Amino acid sequence: MSLRSRLIAPVALGAVLALGLTACGGTTKDSASTDSGSAAAGGVANPNAPLKDGLKIAFLPKQLNNPYTDIEVGGGKAAVEELKGEYKLVGPNDASASSQVSYINTLIQQQQNVIGIAANDPNAVCPSLNQARQAGIKVVAFDSDAAKECRDVFINQATTQGIGEQLVKMASQLAGGNGEIAILSATPNATNQNAWIAVMNTELKKPENAGLKLVDTVYGNDDDQKSFQEAQGLLQRHPNLKVIVSPTTVGIAAASRYVSSSSYKGKVAITGLGTPNQMRQYVKDGTVSQFALWNPADIGYLASYAGAALASGQITGKQGETFKAGKLGDYTIGVDGEIVLGPPTVFTAQNIDQFNF
Amino acid sequence: MSDLMKRFTGWDAAILAVLVLFVIVAGLVVPDFATGRNASFMVLDLAPVLLIALPMTLIIVTGEIDLSVASTLGLSSAVMGALWDGGMSIEVIIPICLVLGAVLGAVNGLFITGFGLPSLAVTIGTLALYRGLAFVVLGDRAVAQFPGSYTEWVIGSSAGIPNLVWPLLVLLLVFGTVLHATPLGRSLFTMGAGVDAARFSGIRVARTKFWLYVVCGAVAALAGVLWTLRYSSARADNGTGLELAVVAAVLLGGVSIFGGRGTLWGVLGGVMLLAAVQNALRLADVSNEALQVVTGLLLIVSVLAPNAVGAIRSAVARRRRRPPPPAPAAPPEPLPVSSDPSPSPAVRSS
Repeated sequence: MSLRSRLIAPVALGAVLALGLTACGGTTKDSASTDSGSAAAGGVANPNAPLKDGLKIAFLPKQLNNPYTDIEVGGGKAAVEELKGEYKLVGPNDASASSQVSYINTLIQQQQNVIGIAANDPNAVCPSLNQARQAGIKVVAFDSDAAKECRDVFINQATTQGIGEQLVKMASQLAGGNGEIAILSATPNATNQNAWIAVMNTELKKPENAGLKLVDTVYGNDDDQKSFQEAQGLLQRHPNLKVIVSPTTVGIAAASRYVSSSSYKGKVAITGLGTPNQMRQYVKDGTVSQFALWNPADIGYLASYAGAALASGQITGKQGETFKAGKLGDYTIGVDGEIVLGPPTVFTAQNIDQFNF
Repeated sequence: MSDLMKRFTGWDAAILAVLVLFVIVAGLVVPDFATGRNASFMVLDLAPVLLIALPMTLIIVTGEIDLSVASTLGLSSAVMGALWDGGMSIEVIIPICLVLGAVLGAVNGLFITGFGLPSLAVTIGTLALYRGLAFVVLGDRAVAQFPGSYTEWVIGSSAGIPNLVWPLLVLLLVFGTVLHATPLGRSLFTMGAGVDAARFSGIRVARTKFWLYVVCGAVAALAGVLWTLRYSSARADNGTGLELAVVAAVLLGGVSIFGGRGTLWGVLGGVMLLAAVQNALRLADVSNEALQVVTGLLLIVSVLAPNAVGAIRSAVARRRRRPPPPAPAAPPEPLPVSSDPSPSPAVRSS
């Protein structure tokens, strides 16, 4: 290599850098306006507009062939059939944002009326969702929200407040209004669980719950073995314990397994958040009499009705607008276009066989 | 002249014909396929593949390969996100990312030409290394809120033609000219046909290959920048698996994996055919699984067919050659070269 050719590269690179630096004070995070050309949700809502027939409603979940997703979109399909629309399900096999974008583009081409999407990346799907909205397609996010400036509404499965209240309500019923209760949570820094526990603490301070005493909070780290041992420890340390509340699907199953095979069965109640398939045997053998979770089928069902209401002009996505969602009843749009599904579904021996997820 | 004729009766011409035929049939059969907007969506989907396929073609022609391109794309995206989040201006970040890509390519080039290691092994290593570094830089975070005007330019069109077409066209012409109309391009084919022969004819094999990897890294980083702007989201996992799509398209375009043979026009046809098939099948509501099966089959055909065609052609040529003793200029079919499928050992001298 000659000296000259040795020099060319660094000099060229330096020149490029210098060129870049002279453009300093260009577009930075702070100067860039973050409005990515959001399609303004224009128009005026007419709450009395009839729901249109034959709407093309497409669902784009995070990925296909996932049991939980199948139930969500199954609910969506049922609603589309009630609405006499055309249901379509598309989606990638990998939960990546870029493959979702290709599907959004396909749906734009096919001139769908509504896209229901569970976003893999709230921002990466944004530019193409806005292209969809500019083409007149209504966008309903469910399960996992897209950035709020690129969808019309978001179906929120449950609020933190709603879940916290429900957990205390079940504990109170199981304890008969007074007695010792304990919490078996996930990890000490789990965001969701800590938010729910904070609501529970507020609820427990209310006069109607004065008889309940929270004696301990332990962490099973969402690990089956650890949760099992923590449940065991709770019962040994607190002989008068009446209820274990576990706001995590791993914890509630592990605690139920321990109690169902111990002498505490029938004396100590377990409740919290779990899935019907996981909890069925403990409900059948009497260890657990009630627990809760949102119903994924209702999420898809509500998404379809919200999409139909948007496409029919009943709502535009503004706060305070109301619409009727078939068997689920009336809904009001909240802040930032959020529609809250409602209180979680409570599962008992009577209804558990109606659910398979 | 006869060389040119031969070039256009080969596999690349066949691929271009198949592409035209497919587009016509799909336009008639698949609703919503033949529209301007769909064409612009297709351009967006094929842009990163085509971009990286350009330098990849040159590398494969020399008998080497670069599997680290998608990880280079991801690392460039991650660094772009981290710097943007740190408040640097986008006009500075973009050149930094391109230089970073060139450096990553130089690392590949150094290991392959400097230490004489096989490119397959080296770039599988850097595939993991660069992706790992991307996660070190950005973790599981996604950095968003890139300037809307940039994203709008990348996904936008003017006068019905997607904006991205212009940079793609310029680079295509540059790479096409270099490969097919310069002594440098001819030397790449010579290297692919046989390293020893290339060295004896005075070609600086190691140095040329080194710079090919540098260029490839820079182009992959450019693809990372465009990717980040298109999705307005910088992530460490951006473009995972893209290297396979690129190699697939290059092979479908008729470039021999053993080096020494191929054209950039064939590669353009391969990239476009893959994009068109996937787009049309999605529009026709074909399931994702079927889509993957079809893509896989296309690739197997693309590897089998040129070899089969070549075998038939050389058999025919041999039979023809026998009767008249002085074969008029034995067909310069560089087929026998491919009898050595192992990546040519790199050379220390430069």
